[in-house]
Amino acid sequence: MIAAVAHPTTTWYLLLAAALFTIGVVGVLVRRNPLVLFMCIELMLNAVNLTFVALAKALGDIGGQTTVFFVMVVAAAEVVVGLGIIVSILRKRPQATADDLAELKG
Amino acid sequence: MLDIAWLIPALPLFGFLVILVLGRRLGEPKAGYFATAMCGAAFVVAVGVFLDLMSKPGDQRHKVIKLFAWLPINDLQVNLSFLIDPLSITMILFITGIGSLIHLYSIGYMHGDPKFSKFFLYLNLFVFSMLMLVMGENLLVTFLGWEGVGTCSYFLIAFWHTRDSAATAGKKAFVTNRVGDFGFMIAMFFAFKYVHSLSYSDINNAATSHQIAAVTATAIMLMLFVGACGKSAQLPLYLWLPDAMAGPTPVSALIHAATMVTSGVFLMTRISPLITVAAPWASTLVAIVGVVTALFAATIAIAQNDIKRVLAYSTVSQLGYMFLAIGSHAYVAAIFHMVTHAFFKALLFLGSGSVIHGMHDQQDMRFMGALRKLMPITAGTFIIGWLAIAGVPPFAGFWSKDEILLYAYDKSPILWALGLITALLTAFYMTRQVIMVFYGKARWNDDAKAHGAHGDVKPHESPVLMLAPLVVLAGLAIVGGGLNLPFNSTTEKLSSWLAPVVDVGERSLHHSSEDIKWVLAGIATLGALAGIAVAYLVYEKHRVKAVEPVVLENAWYYDKAVSDFMGGPGRESFDAVAWFDTHIIDGAVNGAGRLVQGVAGVVRKGQSGLVRTYAALIGVGVVLMLAWFFFRGVAQ
Repeated sequence: MIAAVAHPTTTWYLLLAAALFTIGVVGVLVRRNPLVLFMCIELMLNAVNLTFVALAKALGDIGGQTTVFFVMVVAAAEVVVGLGIIVSILRKRPQATADDLAELKG
Repeated sequence: MLDIAWLIPALPLFGFLVILVLGRRLGEPKAGYFATAMCGAAFVVAVGVFLDLMSKPGDQRHKVIKLFAWLPINDLQVNLSFLIDPLSITMILFITGIGSLIHLYSIGYMHGDPKFSKFFLYLNLFVFSMLMLVMGENLLVTFLGWEGVGTCSYFLIAFWHTRDSAATAGKKAFVTNRVGDFGFMIAMFFAFKYVHSLSYSDINNAATSHQIAAVTATAIMLMLFVGACGKSAQLPLYLWLPDAMAGPTPVSALIHAATMVTSGVFLMTRISPLITVAAPWASTLVAIVGVVTALFAATIAIAQNDIKRVLAYSTVSQLGYMFLAIGSHAYVAAIFHMVTHAFFKALLFLGSGSVIHGMHDQQDMRFMGALRKLMPITAGTFIIGWLAIAGVPPFAGFWSKDEILLYAYDKSPILWALGLITALLTAFYMTRQVIMVFYGKARWNDDAKAHGAHGDVKPHESPVLMLAPLVVLAGLAIVGGGLNLPFNSTTEKLSSWLAPVVDVGERSLHHSSEDIKWVLAGIATLGALAGIAVAYLVYEKHRVKAVEPVVLENAWYYDKAVSDFMGGPGRESFDAVAWFDTHIIDGAVNGAGRLVQGVAGVVRKGQSGLVRTYAALIGVGVVLMLAWFFFRGVAQ
């Protein structure tokens, strides 16, 4: 057991990624605070990044690690835009939850 | 010289653009002189091109000048290109030549008109369009010019648009022409569908090498003939031409005598190889339409009192002759008559303009008479024009009309007989006109209206600017027949000149007709003289009472019948179509819109606006897709 923890195999990483992803999904579905929702999305993104890196290492393919850089760059851009929107909304309506922001309702 | 042939239409276009921008600043008379110079320069270039073409052997007198690819669309390659060959250069020479004379005349005629420069703007645009029409190497370039002359004729006929009659006549000309244009367009669609080209040479080659069926050739020909009927004022679309006299007289001379109306004849000559492949009954139809129009218009002309309306119906009648020639496959004769007709009809129109000018806008011949002393040059030149159109040898009209009658006889003696009656009537009504205007008693003071308005103002001769073109045209009307004297092959200059273009379709006369051609000419001359003699007895000597039935004065009530039909049942059917359009067509379109609205009203409920719901749905979607991939993998 200790040896397994000291020398983790790919499976461990994948399991960790799956756990992180699940936390993210559940967070998005159950929480209503926009900021928390946003953090959950980031969590999912990084869970995917982790699978990419783990599998890239296991398969000896540099492509996976390269992709991670792209994901990080896109995520950074997304954070800028997303946080900007969320901050400006919360400044106007400090108590707003995700469910209150339903102006695009059909 | 051939390579700069593009200058020929470019010069009038340049004139148009300059007058468009600077017209008001140029003013009178500079705008007029400038426009005349542009048209004259085009004529000079045309002469150069003509001489260059003449110096080449017959089979090389054909040049396509491509300016640019106009519509390079996959299968359809249409270039803006000009075709310079004996036919087009013949047309160009007389369009620019007579056009220049009419421009010059207009400077005098339009003197003092507040829209002086605008008139020359339209004239130059008209000449440009007409040149595009005849120089086009394919149907589309011709169509560009075709529509151009239609539009210009609208502008020019309705030039004095504050007069109700002029505005109406302009609209009438435009609408009637559109009916013909419709035929032209359908012919183009046929050509594109079956020949995959709009070029004249491709269409003609496809026909003569039997790549297209005879029935297709017939369809293209008949549709182009519909177009030609509209432009060249043949039955049943001749209606616009007599009304078009509401425009200024130089316009009548330019558009309705010398150029625009000849475009139909030109077009039919262009496609003469195609006509050889088309069904024979189609040609016969053309000949019948031509001869019936000729006779019909001639009967109307004998009972008209407006000096210009007589000439207008006479133009319709002479155009009928040209279509009789086309239908008899006598293309050279058609072009020959077109050229001589352009000379003497332009002369007669300009002469009548000079009379109207001198009579202070009086157009009714019943209030003229004895003008020859007061307007000697106008009278002299008008009389030359009269002799030419009446078919008295050796004036131009005799030779060309005679050639048409000869070929008509060769096709069918009935056509010849109808043509002969028309010739007799032509001589009759033209003599009537000359006597009413220039001989007899002076009646211009009888008109109470003119009396009150002008007092005893005597008619006067026109300025030299208007007389010079008359003299030149009179000279041409005398010698114009020299183009194609039927003595032997060297005197038939026009025949050998046009041979490369029309040889495929030109009719070769039977020996029996060839033998009696001088007899026919003699009969035609006697007919013309008889017509003159009768008119002389009726209108000068008053031996016989004049017969001018009201039915003829009203043009057989054809015009009224068409108006009544269009105003009555026609109007109702248009209203029905309009109802169908608003209720059924628009109803279908609006119904489709309403259907989409209704469905959207239901579907939009799915947009809850709740981010978390969307996220959940995305999750469900991902799970479903993964499941699908998984089970598909298992199934395989």
